[in-house]
Amino acid sequence: MRRGWFLPIVATFGFCFLYAPIVSLVIFSFNESRLVTVWGGFSTRWYGELLADGQMLAAAWISLKVGVLAASIATVIGTLAAFVLTRFGKFRGKLLLTGMVTAPLVMPEVIIGLSLLLLFVAMELVLGWPAGRGLTTVVIAHATFTSAYVAVIAQSRLRDMDESLEEAARDLGAGPVRVFFDITLPVIAPALVSGWLLAFTLSLDDLVIASFVSGPGASTLPMVIFSKVRLGVSPDVNALATIIIVIVAVAVTIAGLLLMRQSKKTG
Amino acid sequence: MSGAEVPRRAGLPLRMLAVGLAGLGGAVAVSFLTLNPTSALLLSALFGAGLLYFLLSRFMGWSDRWMVIAVPLLWLGIFFLVPFFVLGRISLSETMIARPPYSPLWETDAQGNVEIIASLQNYWFILGDALYRNAYLSSIKIAAISTVFALLLGYPIAYFIARSPEPRRSFLLLLVVLPFWTSFLLRVYAWIGFLRRDGVINNTLIWLGVIDEPLVMMQTDFAVYIGIVYTYLPFMILPLYANLVKLDGALLEAASDLGATPMVTFFTVTLPLSLPGVIAGSMLVFIPAIGEYVIPALLGGPDTLMIGRTLWDEFFSARDWPVASAVAIIMLILVVIPMMWLQAVQNRQEEGQ
Repeated sequence: MRRGWFLPIVATFGFCFLYAPIVSLVIFSFNESRLVTVWGGFSTRWYGELLADGQMLAAAWISLKVGVLAASIATVIGTLAAFVLTRFGKFRGKLLLTGMVTAPLVMPEVIIGLSLLLLFVAMELVLGWPAGRGLTTVVIAHATFTSAYVAVIAQSRLRDMDESLEEAARDLGAGPVRVFFDITLPVIAPALVSGWLLAFTLSLDDLVIASFVSGPGASTLPMVIFSKVRLGVSPDVNALATIIIVIVAVAVTIAGLLLMRQSKKTG
Repeated sequence: MSGAEVPRRAGLPLRMLAVGLAGLGGAVAVSFLTLNPTSALLLSALFGAGLLYFLLSRFMGWSDRWMVIAVPLLWLGIFFLVPFFVLGRISLSETMIARPPYSPLWETDAQGNVEIIASLQNYWFILGDALYRNAYLSSIKIAAISTVFALLLGYPIAYFIARSPEPRRSFLLLLVVLPFWTSFLLRVYAWIGFLRRDGVINNTLIWLGVIDEPLVMMQTDFAVYIGIVYTYLPFMILPLYANLVKLDGALLEAASDLGATPMVTFFTVTLPLSLPGVIAGSMLVFIPAIGEYVIPALLGGPDTLMIGRTLWDEFFSARDWPVASAVAIIMLILVVIPMMWLQAVQNRQEEGQ
């Protein structure tokens, strides 16, 4: 192949492009100097400062709560949507539902954020609920847009799954609810775990939608980071990034192992 | 399939009921946004009761099926679809010093005459204002250029992964997806450290003796291109990979047996066959990039115009909700066309499988 040298070089460049900034984030989190880009010796002082930053910790706690709640709701809704779309054949509103689980994946965040905020304001005006903006509204917003991602993952797993298992259970007299909980759910469980994790990280990561629908006292972690970063680089953000990267790496490894074991089991 | 075999019982009265309910729903939506709370609540309750009755009577035999469908449909309908109608309604108002800060669509005077105040003035204002027009055009330009760069970089990577032998292929794929799982905000932040005047790139180039003076990269459109390509690259690679991995190697062999050079083979066989992947990947980068806020806010300069940023400022700084809504509606119209194209390509892919 004459093209032999071209592809590996571009691919190597591409992977360096993807990882160099992440690696530098980690390296400079251990930098003694306040200047993020000049090496001043090894130190863990920024981790200490991070742990002493009350505002940051409070925001991290809020983000964790929002993430867990939103990811759990999103997993239920996303799984139901995926199940309905792959197993229910044709029904009224199918096209609408298909559109509503695809559109959030590409819809610009500013539009989702603004429109949801306006909905919440209108709902408060008319129904008196939700009273003001805060944790509840952020959870609802995050559950809504992340459920689309869960639906995509669950849908591809449901399509790949051997449907004869479900048919066999039905032939043996199991009702649809029993089939779902005894057969379908255990088979697609690893996909739901990675769906939940994806929803959780997306929620933990979201700045734009949260900024619109959040209220006083419910600043999420990205909102605090953004206000810090806007004023310039700060090394404690690097320390935070490193912690997040480590957590993500561990979580992804676990999810990967789960998926691998599953694919070995089902062939 | 359990559901598909259940016969439908669609009587005419029930259809009329459905149409009536849809009308009532519309009335609720309107009252929701304009009338006073009591009447809106009453209408909502009526609508809710009617809907429940409709669901139970129409789908008695397989109501459990509809209960399952209703959960995602209602949730996404209320929190994803309805907000767009609210957005549209507020874009027709004027900004007002009030809570909430926009005017009603009509007013009733003492004689009971209804005067309609709704107007398209926000749209005329936006379309007539050079700043907004430029923001839209420059968003499209920035998103398009970034998409081209992402394609130029992503295609070879996807091709390389698709042609790799198995254990390595899964590993490389994981490497592509992994950054997507770490914080998007922090990855954009990382580029500040790279592109600054005293950043990693300038320091390295000066140390190597390539340049004497630091290059100005931060707060330019160039930094925004890098940021977009960087954060959206996995979205480009994955659909391309999914497409290229299915490419039949025999076709490439046939082409080369017939005397085609690798270059000719690529442009006459590989590229045309991978076009659905190219379109899907490009749309997945292009559409969200149009409305991008974080990247231009952190990496771009004050003159980097992007409509997502304009909307943000209009809402948070100017606090003009109606104009911000109109900006969002026009943006929505812009992105709906590429979205439908993406949907069409994906549907065709699924049918092909």
